[in-house]
Amino acid sequence: MSTPVDFLLWVRGPGFDIALVVFIIGILIRLLEVLILGRKPDYAEPRGGELGAGLRTLLTRTLPEPGTFKRSPFTVVGGYIWHIGFFISLFLFVPHIELIDATIGLSWPGIASNLVDAVAAVTLVTLVAMLFSRLTHPVKRLLSGPEDYLSWLVTFLPVMTGYLAYHRMIDPYPLVLGLHILSVEILMVVFPFTKLMHAFTFIIARWYNGAMAGRRGVQS
Amino acid sequence: MSEATLERGLKAFREQMNAPIASFFSSCVNCGMCAEACLFYTETGDPKYTPINKLEPFRRIWEQEYTLWGRVKSWLGLSQPVDDELLEAWEPLVYDGCTLCGRCSMVCPVGNDISYMIRCAREGFVAAGYAPDGMKNASRRAVTIGSPMGVKFPALAAQIKHVEADTGLTIPVDVEGVDYMALLSSMEIMNFPEYMAALARIFKQVGITWTLCSEAFEATNSGIQIGSSDIAKELVNRIVVAAERLKVKYVISPECGHAYTAIRWEGPNLIGRPYNFKVVHILELLEELRSSGRLKTEGYEDARLTFHDPCQIVRKGGVLEQPRHLLNMVASDFVEMNDHREMNWCCGGGGGVSAIERAEALRLKVFKRKKSQLEELNVDTLVTACANCRLIIEEGLEEYRMEIPVVGLTEMIAEHLVGDEKNE
Amino acid sequence: MAETGKGMGKTLAQSLRESGVSRRGFLKFCTATASMMALPPSMAPAIAQALGKAKRPSVIWLSFQECTGCTESLTRSHSPTVENLIFDYISLDYHHTLQVAAGEGAEAAREAAMRENKGQYIVVVDGSIPLGNPGYSAIAGISNLQMLEETVAGAAAVVAVGTCAAFGGLPHAKPNPTGAVSVSEIVKDKPVVNVSGCPPIPTVITGVLAHFLTFGSLPELDALGRPMAFFGKSIHDRCYRRPFYDKGLYAETFDDEGARKGWCLYRLGCKGPMAYNACATAKWNRGTSWPVESGHGCLGCSEPDFWDAGGFYNALSIPDSDITRQAVYVAGAGVALGAVAGAVNRSKQARAREEHEPVTIDDLDKRP
Ligand code: HEM
Ligand code: SF4
Ligand code: SF4
Ligand code: SF4
Ligand code: SF4
Repeated sequence: MSTPVDFLLWVRGPGFDIALVVFIIGILIRLLEVLILGRKPDYAEPRGGELGAGLRTLLTRTLPEPGTFKRSPFTVVGGYIWHIGFFISLFLFVPHIELIDATIGLSWPGIASNLVDAVAAVTLVTLVAMLFSRLTHPVKRLLSGPEDYLSWLVTFLPVMTGYLAYHRMIDPYPLVLGLHILSVEILMVVFPFTKLMHAFTFIIARWYNGAMAGRRGVQS
Repeated sequence: MSEATLERGLKAFREQMNAPIASFFSSCVNCGMCAEACLFYTETGDPKYTPINKLEPFRRIWEQEYTLWGRVKSWLGLSQPVDDELLEAWEPLVYDGCTLCGRCSMVCPVGNDISYMIRCAREGFVAAGYAPDGMKNASRRAVTIGSPMGVKFPALAAQIKHVEADTGLTIPVDVEGVDYMALLSSMEIMNFPEYMAALARIFKQVGITWTLCSEAFEATNSGIQIGSSDIAKELVNRIVVAAERLKVKYVISPECGHAYTAIRWEGPNLIGRPYNFKVVHILELLEELRSSGRLKTEGYEDARLTFHDPCQIVRKGGVLEQPRHLLNMVASDFVEMNDHREMNWCCGGGGGVSAIERAEALRLKVFKRKKSQLEELNVDTLVTACANCRLIIEEGLEEYRMEIPVVGLTEMIAEHLVGDEKNE
Repeated sequence: MAETGKGMGKTLAQSLRESGVSRRGFLKFCTATASMMALPPSMAPAIAQALGKAKRPSVIWLSFQECTGCTESLTRSHSPTVENLIFDYISLDYHHTLQVAAGEGAEAAREAAMRENKGQYIVVVDGSIPLGNPGYSAIAGISNLQMLEETVAGAAAVVAVGTCAAFGGLPHAKPNPTGAVSVSEIVKDKPVVNVSGCPPIPTVITGVLAHFLTFGSLPELDALGRPMAFFGKSIHDRCYRRPFYDKGLYAETFDDEGARKGWCLYRLGCKGPMAYNACATAKWNRGTSWPVESGHGCLGCSEPDFWDAGGFYNALSIPDSDITRQAVYVAGAGVALGAVAGAVNRSKQARAREEHEPVTIDDLDKRP
């Protein structure tokens, strides 16, 4: 018998296992693939330290350079809104915290579900606006290929299906919850093989950038 | 005789791959923000000049050969190859359309050092034979004659004579055991000999022992600009050999920005070991002399002036505050441009672009960025510290009919030396 | 009660009068039935009229792989509740737990009811049907499957009572040793109403029968074959603790502050959001209370496979997998594979470096 509950059980059971395995292994492969390449020793006498400068850039790049912000305010503000909204929905919603607690044994207080709901709605609208900008801004359109649109879609779907689940907009509930979890699993599987990896590699990239500039005495 | 081939280019790309570059390519989210930092995009509005887009061939090599998923994709026939057509199409973006100014590297939200990647990517382009003729010829002249502009020692010797006559000072050549060996750029020798005169006067005042070297006076490095480490190494090595033979403690990089990058930051890595001497930029040295009280000036320029930060000296060289201190020593009305220090805008002619004849129209177009920066300030004089910037800016100002004199900072300091007969 | 065809001639109204139920009492019953079936109160007179004229239908109750909980649930209600009112006035012609007759007599009663009411009787089933081996469950030597097929052949409709009959239930839980299946997996050519629940709410069983008596048809069903009137909304939708869910106020143990204040039980494993049932409104034990009200999360007993849906005390969002316990091995595999991928990259890089041919000014050009 194949009912929505069967579907829910599959995505919450074997489906989740598969996604988690692909996610963990994929990310480790990607990270090691990068790090093991290493870099040659630098014989030029340094003017400044690498470590501190690298760590500073890791933090300071979170804020946009003012001139660039003025030239592309939408990309910056939109980027902030949806990232923060995504993380609030993901990490401060109690059902999610339960999941994280059960998976890795860490838990923290959540916030009111109806607040998460409002945040999720804003996130959805912003994501749609970001897609629109990607389709219309000449630079973004030139840079974007299938991978960029796929990344958008797999990011959008968990928030959208989560919103549908919370509002019980698809019946029966096990179906919509199953779709929600499935969308997350798709995200997890796609994650290591697309630009979504930036969520991890940006740490390496920012550090190298800051370190290489720091060596020359510049805070990048 | 060997020749450039696609295969050699691909190998060079492969060879350049390292952890920083792999992390940069892995991180790019195609947000397009680097475009807003690059004058080639802001002034032309053409998205092809988006910094990260200039790296498409190199990115393909990374994806197809250095990622598991990319290997699977190309195995399934889902990826596009890097071929001659691609490199040919990208050559004008990588050379004509990038001055290696490094501004894009300051804004990328994920931290990509894009200009570093473009520098590395040029290794692949040159090995595959896709470098602009102007740069190829400059490299040939640099290797065979000793200077990209074809300046040989006799020409320098003639300029030395003029300067000596002008200043009444001797310019030491090939003197062993002095503290400092000074380098020059061809442009300084031919277009701005004032620089050499300034050095002589300043060193005389502060009592520094120095020399030029007849076998290694040229500081610029066409190899760095065209993107060939092999050629760059050969050129740097001449300086290293000379400096070590003359047993100097310091080598002074001239104002020229790319020369500084070549000798100070890339040189030791090109020859594969640290130097037995230190490299200082002339502005670093002057600031040290100023702050220790040895360099004494008098009088102030009363003209309203501003400073153009040469990318390679400031943003990519780390000589940020020195020019400010020095300027404030001799100028009473010094104003900063709206974007300055590590966020300055390039003059449009760095990275070898000034050697590419076909790029002239583009270069003048992107100069509009500097032009509008200057218009905002309404200054009488522009000071800078790079002979290349200076030449490019002068050309740009002429094109846009702006009458602003451009002065080298070292010369300006020399003009104000205490006890210098010129000021008496 | 198991005399064949007893009272088939009488109408329901007659029977009620004979047992001393007043006209007012009957109307009250009809109003309650209307509200239970989510019909407007104005329908009550129509129901009364219809029920008044209805003949007592013959009902054959088949019990297969079950625990008798469903029957318990029905019979635990005391008169004069709505449930047993209706219960007394159907003709329950076969129910091997409740009937007096046994053995061949009992089977004869079933066969007689089938014969006499061919095409009109209702079959109620509790328990699942084993397909693994007929011997797993048989009555009077007849396998469950055979008995179901036989009995259903002449029925007007089938009501699968309890989650076992509706969806396989406990016997169907992993690893399902008997190959248990639900009624609807066998009966394809007759209308089947699923009244799920473990056990089902008695009111819901009688409500379905009342609907059949009133309208001569089966009620509107959801995708799982359950009457919409009772299963159309989830426990969570009708739960009085819902405001706490929305505010993010949860009990974290069964005796903490939150538990005492009646906060939401999601974190304690409440499956209310996925369970469609009428508990929150119909309540249990003659309207005394219901599980969530008594302080325990809903188990989701009205849903297929609820036994396999992870621990009863695990929050609904917790994946039902043991991979997390294997995470170290997965990470180990990732590191190993990553090291291999890294080594491949390293050797590619090294090979390119070894094969490096210096670029000189003589090979800046491609040969034409
Ligand atoms: C990238 C990961 C995820 C994102 C972005 C995400 C996002 C969301 C959002 C936006 C909501 C709706 C919140 C609201 O409107 O109040 C939601 C609800 C929910 N999510 Fe997720 N989610 C993610 C992962 C997961 C996972 C892995 C699970 C479980 C295995 C899960 C289980 C739930 C549940 C149970 C709800 C509650 C729906 C309800 O209230 O009925 N989520 N999620
Ligand atoms: S280095 Fe400068 S010129 Fe080159 S892409 Fe970056 S911003 Fe543009
Ligand atoms: S700014 Fe950085 S992340 Fe954005 S497109 Fe440019 S290189 Fe990529
Ligand atoms: S107690 Fe259960 S049914 Fe009630 S609101 Fe909480 S989760 Fe929903
Ligand atoms: S509250 Fe849930 S588990 Fe309990 S009887 Fe109702 S549906 Fe079944």
